[in-house]
Amino acid sequence: MAARVSIQTGDFNLADEVEALRQGDKHVGAVCTFTGTVRDRNDGLTVSSMELEHYPGMTEKAIEAMVDEALARFDIFAARVVHRVGLLQPLDQVVLVAVTSAHRGESFRACEFLMDYLKTQAPFWKKEVTPEGARWVDARVSDDAALARWGISAPNA
Amino acid sequence: MKITIRYFASIREAIGQGSESRDTVAMRLSDLRNELLAASPAHAASLARGKSVRMAIDQVMTDESALLTEGCEVAFFPPVTGG
Repeated sequence: MAARVSIQTGDFNLADEVEALRQGDKHVGAVCTFTGTVRDRNDGLTVSSMELEHYPGMTEKAIEAMVDEALARFDIFAARVVHRVGLLQPLDQVVLVAVTSAHRGESFRACEFLMDYLKTQAPFWKKEVTPEGARWVDARVSDDAALARWGISAPNA
Repeated sequence: MKITIRYFASIREAIGQGSESRDTVAMRLSDLRNELLAASPAHAASLARGKSVRMAIDQVMTDESALLTEGCEVAFFPPVTGG
């Protein structure tokens, strides 16, 4: 079975990831994917690049546990998370979440659940370079609220 | 007991190192945090109570009431910002 979670410096290819996740499975009737990309603006300043740090080992464990939780909560077949680390530029892809299910509703929900969970519980940190210098990105209270909608209270910001 | 402490992101930068080994008498994470607050001005500033500091033991997120174990890996880091 293909890896469910990958943390990597290199880019990913959406079509390849989706094909691998579907595995020619004829039961699959829905594939939902989310791709996060680097914006050129944040909190009022231009962002020229971004460095993503993580906690090797814990990151993979935490996201594996999130995938287990998604498989338990939703009627889905499979899920895949790819997250890049290291130096990234605006336009670069950062994160991919892909989910398969028989019908669309469950994959839509599981995909959003995994992103909400990842945003507040996976040990990644972004440092962005702006005209005013480098700065660590602040966590958002709105991301905690997004996770709370799923009945999980684990404040991060 | 001997433990390993790891720091990440802004806390790592403030303390000036990514990890340290420590011999501690602390039983709980809260006791260890108190010890570290007295270790250096940089520790005191970046781990001060009232600052947003998240903690993990053996790579699982936890709170200050958690018990330490021999050889465990403790981590202190700011709120996470992935995705």
